[in-house]
Amino acid sequence: MAATAPTREDFVKGLWRENPVFIQLLGLCPALAVTNSAINALAMGAATTFVLVGSSLLVSSLRRWIPKQVRITTFIIVIATFVTVADFSLLALAPTIHKELGAFIALIVVNCLILGRQEAFASRRPLRAAAADALGMAAGFSFALFLLGAIREILGNGSLFGVPLFGENFEPWVIMILPPGGFLTLALMLALFAHVKERRERASQAAASGAALRRAA
Amino acid sequence: MSAPEAGPLRMMGTLGLAGMCSGLAIVGIFLVTAPRIERNRAEALEAAIFRVLEGARSRVAYVLRGADLVPFESPDNGLPKEEAVYAGYDESGALLGFAIPAEGAGFQDTIKLIYGFDASARRVVGMEVLESRETPGLGDKIIKDADFVGNFRNLAVDPTVEVVKAGRTSDNEVDAISGATISSQAVVKIINASNERWMDRVTALTKAGGGGGGPE
Repeated sequence: MAATAPTREDFVKGLWRENPVFIQLLGLCPALAVTNSAINALAMGAATTFVLVGSSLLVSSLRRWIPKQVRITTFIIVIATFVTVADFSLLALAPTIHKELGAFIALIVVNCLILGRQEAFASRRPLRAAAADALGMAAGFSFALFLLGAIREILGNGSLFGVPLFGENFEPWVIMILPPGGFLTLALMLALFAHVKERRERASQAAASGAALRRAA
Repeated sequence: MSAPEAGPLRMMGTLGLAGMCSGLAIVGIFLVTAPRIERNRAEALEAAIFRVLEGARSRVAYVLRGADLVPFESPDNGLPKEEAVYAGYDESGALLGFAIPAEGAGFQDTIKLIYGFDASARRVVGMEVLESRETPGLGDKIIKDADFVGNFRNLAVDPTVEVVKAGRTSDNEVDAISGATISSQAVVKIINASNERWMDRVTALTKAGGGGGGPE
């Protein structure tokens, strides 16, 4: 597999098989806190993408010059710089979204997904692989946030991207846009992902044993 | 891949360089975005003035000159950079009240807010938080909790505004948000402190006829 298209594989794994939120359970703080509407979820996804991709590119290209004793400190400086840039840019360009996301923009610094990718991947791999990995993980993270945000906004507010979906008779499940709704939705999504994974594993086991039986016969 | 074994100088050099580059990047982005952020802030303040003074159609800024409030004049009707209060007038030019920006310590960082004050009725008639970094999900309810914000639509200021936990029984009481008592108290404290500073001045101005009865 690695011989065919390593870059593609680096990208794809973050989308589903190693999805940061649903499989690795990383970055759950923003995944729970700002996913009360689809637009907030997407904005958070975009800000995280910017920080993750920027940091990975920089860390990967500087990896030969960063002494390993001070690597974590250096990663944090890099990440914090990108977060500050994202913070000021959002404040200038999209003040209402910045107000909605509040302290969570600054908290991207401590999103363990980002530091994790620097330590596990970008600091060890060449630029292209690091870029593919960061883009894949960021896309997987944004996808997960969007899914949570869309489900919660549709059920909790009867709308998607602020557009009402159901007409006046719909009674919104207010709990879905409140904090408990975040936990409920996340738990259901995790159950779904685990279920799909288990079925796939069983199917591939069955296929393998079926092939073995045929060979024996 | 072969992360170098580094001596102390090398380590300090790397961190120093990283810090310097980071500093340059941060100062750069700050300088680039500052004018735009300033403009956004002014627009948000302008809009908030009309939200905390329901029914207001025009406003005049008043700034302190010595001990007196005098109308602030600027060629483009822009907002003054200095401390100011804003008189709001309805269509007929009658003074509705004053929008007073105020700030003070919150649970984590400074809370900036603006409230509408009707000097003749001695009541707060609206409040909006402009900036805060209170705990997400708890303290930030001072912005989002409609019941809490509703407390400030008709709030007596005499003798002072009080925070209560068991539900509002009197006109000068604010029902605290459960789980965010400190943030709730902070908002009330800011308003009380600001009242002490401004109440007499805007009352005097109101008695004097709202500085001439309109923005004309």
